[in-house]
Amino acid sequence: MKLNRRQFNAILATSVGTMAAPVPLLGQAKPKVVVIGGGAGGATAARYIARDGKGTIDVTLIENSKTYTSCFFSNLFLGGFRTFDSITHSYDRLESDFGVSVINGYATEIDRDQKAVKLRDGSSIAYDRVVVAPGIDFDYESIPGYSKEAADLAPHAWQAGPQTRKLHELMNALTDGQDIVMLAPPNPYRCPPGPYERASMMAHMIKTKGFKNSRVTILDVKPKFSKQALFSEGWQEHYPDIIEWLPPDIHGGVINVDAKAGVVETDLDTFEGAVLNIIPAMQAGAIAKTSGLTDESGYCPVDGASMRSRIDNDVFVIGDASIAGAMPKSGFSANSQAKIAAMNVRGDLSGSKVFAPKYGNTCWSLISAENSVKVGAQYSANEQGEIVADSTFISATGESTDLRSLAYRESVGWYSAIVADMFG
Amino acid sequence: MAKAKARIKVPKTASAGEIITIKSLVNHRMESGHRTDKDGRAIPRKIINKFTCEFNGKPVFSCDLGTGIAANPFFEFKARVMEAGTFHFTWIDDEGIKIEARKEIDIV
Repeated sequence: MKLNRRQFNAILATSVGTMAAPVPLLGQAKPKVVVIGGGAGGATAARYIARDGKGTIDVTLIENSKTYTSCFFSNLFLGGFRTFDSITHSYDRLESDFGVSVINGYATEIDRDQKAVKLRDGSSIAYDRVVVAPGIDFDYESIPGYSKEAADLAPHAWQAGPQTRKLHELMNALTDGQDIVMLAPPNPYRCPPGPYERASMMAHMIKTKGFKNSRVTILDVKPKFSKQALFSEGWQEHYPDIIEWLPPDIHGGVINVDAKAGVVETDLDTFEGAVLNIIPAMQAGAIAKTSGLTDESGYCPVDGASMRSRIDNDVFVIGDASIAGAMPKSGFSANSQAKIAAMNVRGDLSGSKVFAPKYGNTCWSLISAENSVKVGAQYSANEQGEIVADSTFISATGESTDLRSLAYRESVGWYSAIVADMFG
Repeated sequence: MAKAKARIKVPKTASAGEIITIKSLVNHRMESGHRTDKDGRAIPRKIINKFTCEFNGKPVFSCDLGTGIAANPFFEFKARVMEAGTFHFTWIDDEGIKIEARKEIDIV
């Protein structure tokens, strides 16, 4: 049998471990890892733990959807640059190629005393380590008049899937002269440049259809937003009479959303839209809260060196649900954090070597055809275990069309790569 | 994008003698005249220099604005309404451009 370096190290660590200090989990038949949530964080973590564990760790992934539709690139679907199928993926290879047990179900709570994850169907799954990657849930009450039911009429489309299709349907039923009104969410939220990329895609659709009298109005609760200079420049150039962004000191704050009538009332004005895209405030996915893993912010404190929960040593929280310091909530971030968590989970369970973390993130935004801008950074953890940015980059205003086209193609390549990294 | 658009908040109805709150905001860049462009030339002053509010032709509130006033000037003030009628808001800028808006109120 030929060993590669990693396998050799693993065996070395194991034998040293057994001889030197007792590592309790090594005595067990097969340590169990449960991953909650099959998004960019959860799918990556499950795949990496199973793949690098080489059959020594039992990995179960719990996910409520049968397929995964990525939130990243879903704006490109809305703009007509991608098909829905091209952003929808199967969990099959995680099972067939990597031996992950994928359970189609909804995890309601983690019994941290019993070390078991409870599912809505009443079953429960024991774990030695659990990776919590539930993404976000919405605080519908953050917007007066809005509710989960109202989201059927005025979709947020901030979790990709049926909501994305709903918004797409509404956008495509728009006629010339009808308007779109978007309510952008408060910080912190998933995908900071997302609402503004989406507005660009909506305007692109309006322009492509040849409409002369339809507008996209963004009512923001924030006085400024991600990549603002780049978006403002792009809108001025491509959609000068289509997109209008209004900060809170202009509209005066949202007083009521009437999804049925298609009206958003603010303190200083009233906005009517044939399409309302209402994006509420967010918090960590429900199970993070029911399992006592969140703090007063509604998100989960973690040690940035490992993504280990600061509340429970056997729990790792990754992606949108975690408080990841300087990292934005994005699919790229979640994927990057998943690999660090996976490394630490394997370190705990099989004694494999654990290194200091390096994280990365880039957020690309498509403004118009072949015209993408990006912002990103490399990160590490400081001595307090906070994730800090080591170097950052952002597209400049006035860039050449060649450079923007290159950024677009880079984003398309990244999409293929991250999907392969998540699902194999 | 910064079109001269007025946004006004006046209740649709009030009881006779009620004191109501009126809020008004107009999109205007309020160029102070103190700034220079990237070639070092002075950017000419262009501000809204006067704002008035009348009710059925009678003055309710007015003020002169200077160069120290920020972009998108916002005014909030109170008025006692005794009868139904129309509030008439007017903003005048340095080029003499007049932005007007009207809001009606009923007595119930």
